[in-house]
Amino acid sequence: MSHQPTSIDFRANVQQVPSTMPPAVQKATTKFLGNRAALVDALGNDFWQQLRQAGHEVRLHAITHLDYYLEQAERQVIQAGGHVHWARDAEEAQRVVIDIARTHRAKLAVKSKSMATEEIGLNHAMEAAGIRVLETDLGEYIVQLKGMGPAHIVVPAFHLSKEEIADLFREKLGIEAPAEAEKLTQIARMKLREEFLAADLGISGGNFLVAETGTIVTVTNEGNGRMCCTVPPVHVAVVGIDKVVPDWESLTVLLKLLARSATGQKLSCYTQFISGPPRTDAETGPKEFHLILLDNGRTRILQSPETRETLLCIRCGACLNICPVYNHVGGYAYGYPISGPTGVMFASQILGSKAAGALPFASTLCGACNDICPVKIPITEILLHLRRRVVEGDDLEGAAAPYSLRVGAQIGAVALGTPWLYRVGSRMLKRLQVPFVQEGWMANLPGPLSRWTMARPFPAFAADFRRWWRRRSDRT
Amino acid sequence: MAIRAQLFVTCLAEQFFPNVLKGMVALLERLGVEAVFPEAQTCCGQPFFNSGYRTQARELALKWLDVFGKTDGFIVSPSGSCVDMVRHHFPELFRPGSADHKRAVEIGARTVEFTQFLVNQLKVTDVGARFPGKVTYHASCHLLRGLGAREEPKALLRGVDGVELIPLPGEDTCCGFGGVFSVIYPEVSQSMMKAKVQAIDSTGADVVVACDAGCIMNIAGGLRKAGSPVRAMHLIEVLTAGRGAS
Repeated sequence: MSHQPTSIDFRANVQQVPSTMPPAVQKATTKFLGNRAALVDALGNDFWQQLRQAGHEVRLHAITHLDYYLEQAERQVIQAGGHVHWARDAEEAQRVVIDIARTHRAKLAVKSKSMATEEIGLNHAMEAAGIRVLETDLGEYIVQLKGMGPAHIVVPAFHLSKEEIADLFREKLGIEAPAEAEKLTQIARMKLREEFLAADLGISGGNFLVAETGTIVTVTNEGNGRMCCTVPPVHVAVVGIDKVVPDWESLTVLLKLLARSATGQKLSCYTQFISGPPRTDAETGPKEFHLILLDNGRTRILQSPETRETLLCIRCGACLNICPVYNHVGGYAYGYPISGPTGVMFASQILGSKAAGALPFASTLCGACNDICPVKIPITEILLHLRRRVVEGDDLEGAAAPYSLRVGAQIGAVALGTPWLYRVGSRMLKRLQVPFVQEGWMANLPGPLSRWTMARPFPAFAADFRRWWRRRSDRT
Repeated sequence: MAIRAQLFVTCLAEQFFPNVLKGMVALLERLGVEAVFPEAQTCCGQPFFNSGYRTQARELALKWLDVFGKTDGFIVSPSGSCVDMVRHHFPELFRPGSADHKRAVEIGARTVEFTQFLVNQLKVTDVGARFPGKVTYHASCHLLRGLGAREEPKALLRGVDGVELIPLPGEDTCCGFGGVFSVIYPEVSQSMMKAKVQAIDSTGADVVVACDAGCIMNIAGGLRKAGSPVRAMHLIEVLTAGRGAS
């Protein structure tokens, strides 16, 4: 069974956002962006732009040669003694993990932070199959206790205050917890330690998959990821097929870009390379390693030349941090585990326009995301195309918006595109508005414009330039 | 031979800020530029393009190209987003290699935003304006990121006698207008606008200047709703203040 959302109503979700969310989000994003800017300055902007270009090219090369690099990675993993599974969609991926768990009679799985497993709703599926799943990233642990998903792709619980977390621990763990970050972390660490030792299965994602050696790369800050991948007897990595990179040389470029863009670190505390199970008795670690290569709509994204650069994304979260919309609504409003501009790109393509057609419009197209993206994804260009897909349809998908909207657009285009109609319309509006206008503004307007005037007044129609120009030309 | 500027007045400026257009004519003429107004022009199609209606955007773009294709010289507009539409998005509406694509690229290349026209083409930053007061500047998104105009508007403001330019915190953060965004997601638009208004108020400026009619509608309305004494003005209004339109 799948927990994929079937209809995302961004506007309704926005209205559920607690007033404490935006300030908490802005505090954290300001910090990340500040740290990032300092590191970019330290490298020098010219070098940074070169790195971005190199990152773009490496990623574009990888996603346009997926067949080659994925098969290379598969061979390498198998040669190293690992198992490789190909999962077409969320259900297939869930089934593979559950089958592995059942084979080992697993009761408890510990998980390192992974957006791919969030995307496929793995936790729900495993719990439904009777396997307990525990998130071990501190932020994920907290939101899991709260019964929620991540509010940010890098820092899942950053919107919660120390006090809220202390209350949560008191309620769910029955532990008297002081509202101090260090103490709270100690409590989580103590609780998690027992679980790591008891776990039958460790599950991780992968930030990159290096094709030439079949190496999974994870970029983390807490050390829990390392525990998940080394302590339990079996390790399963769920990795999107878009995460493959050709070689270690390409990887170095992307590692330089990733931590700087994500949290403003040169490198994260732990950068882990996993190339299969132990090869000799002297090596330790899980005896069994499984790599699940997840498609779940990615090859479909690749079919659209206008939007395929979505797959360049390295999930750094910088576009969330800079996005003014994200900063005012937080992650949950998007109704999808991946939020912000990149989440909009993924959700509306993976779920389709019918379910997620509201999301491409959840942007002012300000373009700040384009400029900050470490791999130069033309995000607003992709959003523009996705809007088109929603209202007009394209080669991949039919229109999802009601036909009446297109009729309305056509009427609007005729009115705005026919010079005499345009001029008559502008004169008529000046007459019609008279009862509404006060001091050059209209405080309340009917119809769709009420959505404007609920926030601020609308300026009075004042067109007189053409008349002015004519009179002036007549004079001279 | 005098430089010629074909006025691309844009629908928002024409409907709501005609004085900006009159001021633009006055300024251009003062700088020795011949201003021409192709009267058959209407909307460039940006609202349709940005909402996904490519078919309608293409229709309007073709009409716009017909009108301006008959002109020569620079095409000058007081709106960064409309120039960005013409320069960067018109070519996307037509198949590369087609006659319309070629026409869109050629005409786009001579379409210039007003502040960039003054500073980069005419090499002018001091138009002889006087405007006593504290002024802060909001960088409109498409002017800044679409056209790369970070310094031009501020250079012109610094050239105004009497202006004390005060930096705006989050100068390049979107004001929440976003065209259709403002009516599709009014609540988010409103909270972004409120943050912008608070930042403007925090500067102690008398006037906030921007260079795009959409942002000015949004910010001016927000300031009015908040009861703020700050006035929102188009840069051209500051550059022509006290001298009126000829």
